[in-house]
Amino acid sequence: MDDIAIKVEAVSKLFKLPHEKQSSLKSAFVNILRSKKGYEMQAALKDVSFEVKKGEFFGIVGKNGSGKSTLLKLLAGIYVPTSGSIAINGKLTPFIELGVGFNPELTGRENVYLNGALLGFSRKEMQKMYKDIVDFAELKRFMDQKLKNYSSGMQVRLAFSIAIRAQSDILLIDEVLAVGDAAFQQKCYDYFRQLKKGDSTVVFVSHDRGAIENFCDRCILVNDGEIIETGEPGRILLRYNEVTLDQIADAEKSKELNKKKRWGNKNIEITDAKTVRNKFAPNEQIEIKVSMKSHKGAEKPVYGIVIRNSRGEPVFTTNTKVEKVDTGLVKAGEAVEINYEIDNIFGNGSYTVSPAVANEDTNVFYDWRDNLIKFHIAGWDNPHTEIHPKHNISLKKG
Amino acid sequence: MRHIFSKKNRALLAELVRTDFKLRYQGSVLGYAWSLLRPLLLFLILYAVFVRMLKIGSSLPHFPVYLLLGIVIWNFFNEMTAQSLGSIVGRGDLIRKIRIPRWIIVLSSSISALINLFLNLLVVVVFLVANHVDLLRTTLWLPIILLEVYILALGLSLFLSAAFVKFRDINYIWEVILQAGFYLTPILYPITLIHNLTFQKIIMLNPMSQAIQDARYSAVTHQSRTVYQVFNGGIYALIPFAIVITVFIVGVTYFRSQSKYFAEEI
Repeated sequence: MDDIAIKVEAVSKLFKLPHEKQSSLKSAFVNILRSKKGYEMQAALKDVSFEVKKGEFFGIVGKNGSGKSTLLKLLAGIYVPTSGSIAINGKLTPFIELGVGFNPELTGRENVYLNGALLGFSRKEMQKMYKDIVDFAELKRFMDQKLKNYSSGMQVRLAFSIAIRAQSDILLIDEVLAVGDAAFQQKCYDYFRQLKKGDSTVVFVSHDRGAIENFCDRCILVNDGEIIETGEPGRILLRYNEVTLDQIADAEKSKELNKKKRWGNKNIEITDAKTVRNKFAPNEQIEIKVSMKSHKGAEKPVYGIVIRNSRGEPVFTTNTKVEKVDTGLVKAGEAVEINYEIDNIFGNGSYTVSPAVANEDTNVFYDWRDNLIKFHIAGWDNPHTEIHPKHNISLKKG
Repeated sequence: MRHIFSKKNRALLAELVRTDFKLRYQGSVLGYAWSLLRPLLLFLILYAVFVRMLKIGSSLPHFPVYLLLGIVIWNFFNEMTAQSLGSIVGRGDLIRKIRIPRWIIVLSSSISALINLFLNLLVVVVFLVANHVDLLRTTLWLPIILLEVYILALGLSLFLSAAFVKFRDINYIWEVILQAGFYLTPILYPITLIHNLTFQKIIMLNPMSQAIQDARYSAVTHQSRTVYQVFNGGIYALIPFAIVITVFIVGVTYFRSQSKYFAEEI
């Protein structure tokens, strides 16, 4: 136990979600009379266990609403777990956010003392530190102004300068990097580096991949209240990519369906399009099937697709005309299925397919269905490139 | 619980009280002077209505000071409970983001009320002197009576502030109870005005009636009728004190059982 700073065992946290606004006596009584619960339980964390070693820089990664902040609040002792246990070995910072308790009606100076008291400093101790805090925040001229007249950047600087004075063995840091400009981020990084050199234990929640990769020794990935992966930051971030992609895909599917555009005279109609699977791994052949139904006869129609990336930019287009595929005569009432097989050199991300069919000269569109279906690419090790063409790198020396 | 008054908690308490005080009269021209002016003006109105126009209490010596002391004590009780009631919800920003002992928040708002009480008592002293009230030896009891009121108000504050997190109707209900209490307590009228002896007894069971009458007895005039006299020294005279102790224990117990869940329920 000596080298363990935090031990979390089988912790679950349930929240009451009221069905309607029921924080009044009347509804409480009414609900009792009807013997109906005015709420349902929602699990924010389910059976979470992990350990943080002393001196470790420990990252928590996960999308919004996955339970990261709940976890941090449990560690900080702000929430109590519904079941399970949390053991903390050492002195813990009591706060998880910067500038807690800042009051806009007080001056900068008064806020420093108030915030200091919240961190557990006496007025005397604060008087000793006051000058350092102000110098570090570079706000000397503004200390006697009310906080409401500060810019948000100035407020964060002040809060940060106070927060780093906190003398504790275990620090909980939630999303500090989301605010502040480049200079401030640099200060944060410097501070983290200093923490890393020292022997503090840090639990760090961030969406900043750079910071996670640079500072964390170990990470957990939290999704829907469960730890789905533990390990070194690089691997966790890759896995995090996949998870977020899946979720974005699900959320956007319904949204996209409503947003789809379609035009054409429907002499030939696009009835359906499918990919063989929803997600393709590197070097897996991408197969797309588009089904058509003809209502009028047509001579040598042109079938094609456009593939767009998540920003809506076309990354690949092809059709039967440029590829010189003979499509022949289509009779009224005939069904046609077009099969596309494409090498997967696309980078990680989500893509849409817009199938189209036009006349021989491609000046009359029979049917165009914008962004009809979607597929995902995941699993490439190098996330910094848009395409992955086969390539070789060779060296010659001497 | 051993660390209730640790150095850290004391520093935090002091800082919260200081903030409270700074914010209270912010932006007003007279500032802190309002702490004194408010009870003074209220007293003048009540004095004009009850002493000059309705001529109540002419049978009691020093009735204006008698009236003032009652108002000051009631106001303290009123202000402390009403402010503490909303204190936990009002400080939701802290509770959701930082681990500090929750009771410190209620305590800080109670101390703000205490400070006001002492300022108001200064006004009472001025009137005592101006009215040539003889200094009574029993005045030494006054702090103990005030302590009793404080303990009662603290118990209620803890209970109400915790309940308010769950039930937001509490503040309206409490407002009505305070209003009713103001008239059910012999503040504006001498208790002797009530001729029905049973009513008199019931009214005197209220700890606030008991405390206010005792305070007047000890500091203004021995003609103030106390619970001891009403019950002829029977065991019933102890009921108000029993109520105070019960309220305090219930308040502390309820607050302790609920405070764990404040962060998620606010």
